[in-house]
Amino acid sequence: MNLPAPNSREDLATKPNKFRKHVMEELRGKAFVYFCVLLLVITIFSIVYFIASRGLTPFLSQGVSIKDMLFGLKWKPEGNPPLFGALPFLFGSFATSILAAVIAAPLGFCAAVFMTEIMPKFGKSALQPAIELLAGIPSVVYGFVGLSVVVPFYRDTFPGQGIGIMAGATVLSIMILPTVTTIATDALRSLPNGLKEGSYALGATRWQTIYRMILPTALPSLLTGVVLGIARAFGEALAVQMVIGNAPHIPHSLFESATTLTSIITQSMGNTTSGSLHNNALWSLALILLLMTFLFVFIVRVLERRVKR
Amino acid sequence: MRAKTVDRIATAVIVCVAGFIILLLAALLGYLLVRGLGHISFDFLTSAPQALKAGGGIGPQLFNSVFLLVLTMIITVPLGIGAGIYMSEYAKDNKLTAFIRLIVEVLSSFPSIVIGLFGLLVIVNTFGFGYSLLSGALALTIFNLPMMVRLTEQSLRSVPKEQKEAGLALGLSRWKTITSVMIPVALPSIVTGSILAAGRVFGEAAALLFTAGMSSPRLDFSNWNPLSPTSPLNPMRPAETLAVHIWKINSEGLAPDAPEIAAGASAVLVIMVLLFNLGARWLGRVVYRKLTASK
Repeated sequence: MNLPAPNSREDLATKPNKFRKHVMEELRGKAFVYFCVLLLVITIFSIVYFIASRGLTPFLSQGVSIKDMLFGLKWKPEGNPPLFGALPFLFGSFATSILAAVIAAPLGFCAAVFMTEIMPKFGKSALQPAIELLAGIPSVVYGFVGLSVVVPFYRDTFPGQGIGIMAGATVLSIMILPTVTTIATDALRSLPNGLKEGSYALGATRWQTIYRMILPTALPSLLTGVVLGIARAFGEALAVQMVIGNAPHIPHSLFESATTLTSIITQSMGNTTSGSLHNNALWSLALILLLMTFLFVFIVRVLERRVKR
Repeated sequence: MRAKTVDRIATAVIVCVAGFIILLLAALLGYLLVRGLGHISFDFLTSAPQALKAGGGIGPQLFNSVFLLVLTMIITVPLGIGAGIYMSEYAKDNKLTAFIRLIVEVLSSFPSIVIGLFGLLVIVNTFGFGYSLLSGALALTIFNLPMMVRLTEQSLRSVPKEQKEAGLALGLSRWKTITSVMIPVALPSIVTGSILAAGRVFGEAAALLFTAGMSSPRLDFSNWNPLSPTSPLNPMRPAETLAVHIWKINSEGLAPDAPEIAAGASAVLVIMVLLFNLGARWLGRVVYRKLTASK
């Protein structure tokens, strides 16, 4: 074999140079990725810091008590004395997002079971793209459809004006359906095959297998999907704001005008002067949204730990 | 026998639900296109909106949406890929990395309105960028970054280990291995994912209400000097995007044909999103074929 002569003079001469080039290259690359990550970390800390600093002002220096805000029923920021009871907004947010999850969860589970157990081929070629498209449709478009289809439908079918928690929940349920379905599908796909085969071998029907084996085993993952869906519904602003009616009180029925945290922020933030008590109270609502996000992420983490075990 | 009947009923219910979801999507798209397509014309797509009269278009809004998208992606893609490279290649398996992972997860679950508010407080007011395209692009970057990071990380992790090891064994630096061995392999999925992320940016409105603003100044499309205030290319002007426009005319539109404009604009938005979806798959395949010499 004719190997090239090792360490010719030229090679030796260029080696330290090349070595330095490689080190410099590595350093530059490293600096760039560390910079990116640092930026990411700084961003999230400044989000929390800035929103907390504004959102805590009403409690710390402007004499609003946390209890009044969380449990007060009246939101009259321009009244005398101004009242900042955010319970109607909290109620609206929780009611719409939980109701949306109640509608979307069974649909999502059925879709996931359909794609993994019943017709995997058809599911992959038709249902999965459909779900992905649903996920891609912008929220304002959902709001527009809600306003021009869902609200008139409820107005004609049920007593009331059609706007309200039910309309909001309907729109939200379609919006979070992809989240629930995707995570449920992944969970069902990752189950060990032996589980299913064992059940079939014992003579169980498909439904018995799904109901007794697959759903209980995948339950924590399914719940993760539902929690993520609720989190998304809780933070959704414009689609809900368009169909819920925006009356700041707790409604007596599902078809009566109500408000959520996000819609009151969307509506009032532009109309208040920065630094005023009203404006700061809105930042407090944003802080509540932020804290709820932390709570949702925490719940998801706890559920994921159960999946791993 | 009974168990079999229950099995049949349950199967029927599940198939019905699956059919219902597909029908729902078909009805949704059908409704938007049937109501909207009739209103879409060249004039509608290019003319400026009218505040009180009928016949307004969505020209500036459409341009703003596209321009904002480009600005956002210019900022997001390098940052997201950089942070993604860190997460998959440089991060050690320790508490700090777990913490950064948690941060990315939290950031991706922040409601977009909260990011919009942060943008209002810091980018618009503290940095003094005002309601502008640049503020909007920065807010959308925050909104989009976690997705880009996760995407890059996953794509890089799916690169076969042997390719990376071969690069390192040839004496390449780690950075060189990443940029010239691993990124090309991971590129198809990064491209597909970024375009899908771009579709999300295109339809986003809540984060833009208080950053890019809800007004669009009169634009002079013959003025291409980026520093002039009436130029469409000026990144420091306020810009209402298509999604924001749909929201605004639905909640406070005064023009007599507001519902038609909303329908037309929604149809345009949905068509764009569909194009992004199809384009992402197509481009991903093309890049894959180019870079791997497989069919």
